[in-house]
Amino acid sequence: MARITFIQPDGTEQAVDGEPGLTVMETAKMNLIEGIEAECGGACACATCHVYVDDAWKEKTGAPGQMEEDMLDFAYDVRPTSRLSCQIRVTPELDGLVVRIPEKQF
Amino acid sequence: MAADGTAGPAQIETDALIIGGGPAGLFAVFELGLVDIKAHVVDILDKPGGQCAELYPEKPIYDIPGLPIVTGQGLTDALLAQTKPFGATFHWGQRVDALRRMEDGRFRVVTDIGTEFHAKVVVIAAGGGSFTPKRPPLAGIEPYEGKSVFYAVRRMEDFRGKDLLVVGGGDSALDWTLNLQPVVKSLTLLHRRDEFRGAPHSVEQMRALVAEGKVSLLIGQMAALDGDGNELTAVAVKTKDGETRVAANRLLPFFGLTMKLGPVAEWGLNLHENLITVDTERFETSEPGIFAIGDINWYPGKLKLILSGFHEAALMSQAAYKIVYPGKKLLFQYTTSSSSLQKKLGVS
Repeated sequence: MARITFIQPDGTEQAVDGEPGLTVMETAKMNLIEGIEAECGGACACATCHVYVDDAWKEKTGAPGQMEEDMLDFAYDVRPTSRLSCQIRVTPELDGLVVRIPEKQF
Repeated sequence: MAADGTAGPAQIETDALIIGGGPAGLFAVFELGLVDIKAHVVDILDKPGGQCAELYPEKPIYDIPGLPIVTGQGLTDALLAQTKPFGATFHWGQRVDALRRMEDGRFRVVTDIGTEFHAKVVVIAAGGGSFTPKRPPLAGIEPYEGKSVFYAVRRMEDFRGKDLLVVGGGDSALDWTLNLQPVVKSLTLLHRRDEFRGAPHSVEQMRALVAEGKVSLLIGQMAALDGDGNELTAVAVKTKDGETRVAANRLLPFFGLTMKLGPVAEWGLNLHENLITVDTERFETSEPGIFAIGDINWYPGKLKLILSGFHEAALMSQAAYKIVYPGKKLLFQYTTSSSSLQKKLGVS
């Protein structure tokens, strides 16, 4: 298991256990985390599971791939730490991961 | 007649009108066809396949019975081929706006561009609803829509002599930059990065216009709108170097499509959490003669799977037959052994 903390725009934190192999988006949906819509169900086709990866974790989660970068064009308030959470796979190395949920999903 | 008084397309008489050309709608053409019900299909997208084609054309699907792996586009192509013998007419790029029962018991269905159908039965196979342009989540944008903010260009004249801000990095943003540049007073293209998803040739043309000083290219993201709530005056843009303002009285944001239930909600059908309630024998809505199949319907135990839509299409067709051919008895047959079904399929 990998502990993942989701921080809402108002600062509320929720830490949940992520099962390695699932995505961060799936982990959020299973734990009813607000603000992760994932309209397309994880096909990297909608940009409504947008998160900001905490600076300390940016290297471990890696950079978005080409398709994800293209899809981020459809997100609101994209920042250098922006990722689509359906494209981040949970691994034991991500134990302690912190992601922030944007003010709005497009 | 269309709403603006011009002559609209003629009325189309049909047995069945299917709203939605995704997998459920396409398979409904097949199942209805087997029981001699001719169909017209309307979809807001410009191509068949619904979500399969729009959201995951290249992604594999693993739970279609008999197909261990198939892509969204592959399934769409196969379903289209399967509907071929039944000669359905497809109307792409139109949204059904109005649906009401006529005095003779049939349904009058009208699309956003004025195509009018008179149908004995209506099958709503609209999936997650209509694909509609995404609205940027900027405070106070709604009042400007249709006046200063547009999500599509219907009339280029609306932009003549205006200060236009186009936002986005795909083909729509590039195409309208190229097409409207000669018409507008000034044009700024805003995108969050200096990399474009559109056709390379369009990107080249756009860059040439930028080099000539005819288009301003700005890298950044919209932050706020300025104006009196009626006419836009400027858009605040966040860039790497801080916030800047772009004078604009026309805004064209292109941020892709999202699914909205849309007009379906206004047709007076019983809904359950934005889904249409149906019975599980006929998949009929609260309005006799209007059926709902696929992701848009709800009943106890409903699973939003493509295969559920297929099953629902088959049972719906049996019930639709009773309406289209009142008093006639439907003989249950198999495509494998029935010569009459094989004749319809064009294989015997």
